[in-house]
Amino acid sequence: MTGPGGERVLHGISAADGLVIGGVVVDVPAAPDGVSGANNETARPSFDAALAQAREELATLITGADELAGEILEFQEALLEDDDLLDPVKAAIAEGKTAAEAWSAHLDNEVAIYRSGDDAYLAARAEDLLDLKQRVLRALSGTSLATAEVAPGSILLAQDLTPSRFIEIDWSRVAGAAICGGSKTSHVAILARARGVPLVVGLQGDLSSVASGVQALLDADRGRLVIAPSPETCAGARKRMALHEEEVESAAALLEKPAVTAGGEPVSVQINVDEPSILNDISPDAVDGIGLTRTEFLFHQGRLPDEETQYAAYLRIAQWAGGRPVTIRTLDAGGDKPIAGVTVDGESNPFLGLRGLRLSLVRDKLFRTQLRALARAAAEAPLRVMVPMVTVPEEMERVRDLFDEVLADLGHEGVAHGHPPLGMMVEVPAAALMAEQFMADFYSIGSNDLVQYVTASARDNPALTALADPRNPAVLELIGRTVAAARKRQVDVSLCGDMASDPELVPLLLDSGLRSLSVAPAQVARVKLAVSRYGRPAGQEA
Amino acid sequence: MSGLVKEAGYVHGAAVIQDPTGLHARPAVKLTKSAKRHGAEVEVRAGEAGNWVNAKSPNAVMKLKAGHGEELQFRARGEDAEAAVAQMVALVERDFQE
Repeated sequence: MTGPGGERVLHGISAADGLVIGGVVVDVPAAPDGVSGANNETARPSFDAALAQAREELATLITGADELAGEILEFQEALLEDDDLLDPVKAAIAEGKTAAEAWSAHLDNEVAIYRSGDDAYLAARAEDLLDLKQRVLRALSGTSLATAEVAPGSILLAQDLTPSRFIEIDWSRVAGAAICGGSKTSHVAILARARGVPLVVGLQGDLSSVASGVQALLDADRGRLVIAPSPETCAGARKRMALHEEEVESAAALLEKPAVTAGGEPVSVQINVDEPSILNDISPDAVDGIGLTRTEFLFHQGRLPDEETQYAAYLRIAQWAGGRPVTIRTLDAGGDKPIAGVTVDGESNPFLGLRGLRLSLVRDKLFRTQLRALARAAAEAPLRVMVPMVTVPEEMERVRDLFDEVLADLGHEGVAHGHPPLGMMVEVPAAALMAEQFMADFYSIGSNDLVQYVTASARDNPALTALADPRNPAVLELIGRTVAAARKRQVDVSLCGDMASDPELVPLLLDSGLRSLSVAPAQVARVKLAVSRYGRPAGQEA
Repeated sequence: MSGLVKEAGYVHGAAVIQDPTGLHARPAVKLTKSAKRHGAEVEVRAGEAGNWVNAKSPNAVMKLKAGHGEELQFRARGEDAEAAVAQMVALVERDFQE
């Protein structure tokens, strides 16, 4: 796409926010066919030498690495000492393959194994194998890794970027990067966000015509790279950069402070937890609790966790929170989250099918196991139990009866347990309209499904992005009604969907009367900043 | 703590993974490093149904895909086999803390 003044815009996905204007540096990966041919006699020594060099490089990197980077690098270092991994390569070299061919073929094979199956963690580790593959290939070919000659403020452009390559780049000189590979959840994306390096992943378009040295604008906020930007585009970007800088500074200062509006009203900011490892990235002191724990992680890879397993997992999460309230949602399977052996296959419209609480109510044993584990964990910590996809008041009554039975059973068995509050997600329009009639101890508005059901627009369909608008007055009306119902019944109400994590939408939610938000951990500071500006007299800038 | 059982030349032991994220990269590396400190042949599997793999190979241990709540079973034979299994079990039981 060519725009005004010969601009060329390449689109991708924002993985770490930020804006950079600078010269492009194109990073070329080492390829097995680019490696100078080693014959049979010299293949073994050069392979051993390359392994030794890779080991040395990794050891140097580990010395300066932080916790997250260290974990990635230590695994790779350990692989270089793994005879089970290296012996087949050495055997292939002995049979006449070049070191580069043998190493590439074997590692590619292992990568395929890591990626097969549905284990997301193992699939992500495939990145480490590819990273190690590149490092050894570079050592075999003698390619230099230095970025020392790069002009300060450059934008790195690459087909892909491995985690260890990311770690060794001098990000005080390279100001940001755009890559064709990767995803928002890849290791490199996590590293970039943790270090504040603007990064666009999944860049589309032909990079072969982009030469090193050409001027570009990396607009990572919007997930794009503008080659040869016009003076107008650059001026607009500079204005946003100045604003951005102020925002980041102001937000960071608020991270561990309580969220308070300009008018002095406190707002509770809790976090959403998809997966316990996310808790390593944030201090419990920065939050007022956990507003939503998605328990689907326990059921990954076809696992049906028993009561003990669930109890231990809930307790661990509560321990992190250190006495702050923790809301745990019962299994929300179905819709876009099928679970083998639990959800029903072949539904014509899974989003309108047997999902969430509807499914739990027909999977009685599974549901009782989860409720027992939750009640037991509630003996040790302030837990709250929440059920998803409630449509009519009778469902809430059924859950309450079932929960009472479970608590009575635990009592008879003499097992220690608590009596946690039992609340509901408000995400079905029928529930939002009539929230007052549900016997829930608290409400939590699930804005993602609410928006999709109110606007009848699938959230994964890019053609409907404009219609699936959280600002739709009908959506805001239903949020307002739920808040009013909670006030009337004198119970808590919060919002835990993506809307709460968007600083631009926070004022609308506060307008609706909400004073409790549950947000993505990475957005805590920015949401607190948006809260602090709420109700500020017009024209006051700081 | 599961007792160490000796049979057919092997010493056996087992422990349940406590970390909610399962046997991820860092514990997998710790496990293999611990196994390598022993001369014995040490093998590990995830549950009864799993295949025995070399506990000294980080690649093989990673591919176990052992998750939270799963039982890691160990067996070893040769010199210091008992010490090896005891150390592996203890490592898992203390959740890989140093």
